[in-house]
Amino acid sequence: MTPLVNFIRVTIDILRKDLMLEWRSREQVGGMLVFALLAILMFNFALELESSWTAGIVAGVLWVTLVFAGTIGLNQSMAAEKVNGCFDGLLLAPVDRSAIFFGKALGNTLSMWVVAGFLMPLLAVLYPVNILHGGIVLIIVLGTLGYSMAGTLLAAMTIQTRARDALLPILLFPLALPVLLAAVRSTGMLLSGFPLTDARFWVDMLTAFDVIFAVLGWMLFDYVVEE
Amino acid sequence: MRKQPLRLTLLDAASVMLLAAALVIVFFFTPLEETMGAVQKVFYMHISAAWVGMLGFLAAAVFGGIYLKKREPRWDLMSETGVEIGLVFTLVGIVSGSIWAKPVWNTWWTWDPRLTTSAVMVLIYLAYQMLRRGLDDPGRRARYSAVYALAGFVTVPLTFFSIRLFRTIHPVVVGGSSGMFAMDKPMLAAFFLCLAAFTVLFVDLFWHRYMLGRQIDTLETLEAGSNGGS
Repeated sequence: MTPLVNFIRVTIDILRKDLMLEWRSREQVGGMLVFALLAILMFNFALELESSWTAGIVAGVLWVTLVFAGTIGLNQSMAAEKVNGCFDGLLLAPVDRSAIFFGKALGNTLSMWVVAGFLMPLLAVLYPVNILHGGIVLIIVLGTLGYSMAGTLLAAMTIQTRARDALLPILLFPLALPVLLAAVRSTGMLLSGFPLTDARFWVDMLTAFDVIFAVLGWMLFDYVVEE
Repeated sequence: MRKQPLRLTLLDAASVMLLAAALVIVFFFTPLEETMGAVQKVFYMHISAAWVGMLGFLAAAVFGGIYLKKREPRWDLMSETGVEIGLVFTLVGIVSGSIWAKPVWNTWWTWDPRLTTSAVMVLIYLAYQMLRRGLDDPGRRARYSAVYALAGFVTVPLTFFSIRLFRTIHPVVVGGSSGMFAMDKPMLAAFFLCLAAFTVLFVDLFWHRYMLGRQIDTLETLEAGSNGGS
């Protein structure tokens, strides 16, 4: 078996393990969904969105909710590994450790997709915007992927600190700012009726971020989990 | 306590003299800028401080990378030193920029790419310090810090370009063709002197902080030894 096929197989195995765990406990996505619902509720009253919404604001609400919910998921996904020394068990397996990184990152991306799949129809019902749009799906796929990869790398570190959960957003948000900017801006443009080609710069920015964090995770995850 | 090396004392003297010379030249020998007046003189210190800030963060990323390869604690100490100096000088750059911006742009702050990027850098490296403080094991602390210093530095250009799509009002000093900052000869000379003075100061501070770090390490080792012995 070639190393690449093996790498992909390990990645899928890790992903499948996380999905099975989630399917049986429903802890991670459940928490994220309830949080997202509460965030929409609070945004609605804090910003008085019924009367003063615009495409840009709806895009902002969508992404800030998604990003915060994502942080909750990232923390939980790493905390689950820490219980009973699960992560040590994973590290004992004779596999490429960056495959573990990609497996966990994909799992976190999928849970963010579930939240996005829940938020989009909800926002479409609440505000008369055309949010169920192929271009927006593409932006969500790219944005959540980059965010999850950056977050998975950092969560593997913050889970070992004394502050634990509290430190992840502090480390992650300043690094992930380009993702948030690009995602909010391009989503806002599509919601205002511009075609996807006009948001080309932002889609490129998201892709660049995804590539950078795939490479960083691939290169640096080994140093984070070694011991 | 270790004696300070002679070369470091000479460097101390050189940075003090260069800074003094730069101040004298900036205040007494550069012409007043035509439209901005005296406040333009902040610019010499502002650029120099921002430059040293970037230098500190670059050093942090480079030494962090070297640490991951070599695993010698001194590279970790150098990386930490770079972050500390970078943070202080980036803050000096932000504050001096605000002082310049108030009369010239009529606001203390705008969300311009350079301003926002430097604010984000401050947040990244504050997070770096919180990460360090949250970890007790020295080996793990060094590894995680190096990883974060690298990841943080890599995203800075992306942040800059993503904000840049909104049009900037920050003057382009290097490589800009607009007449806004066409500096005449005394201005240019003062600018480069300032830059040189701050760079020497950077090396000097870096060295001092490094020595301090070594002493802290020695102290901690001694304390651990005496606790273990009693």
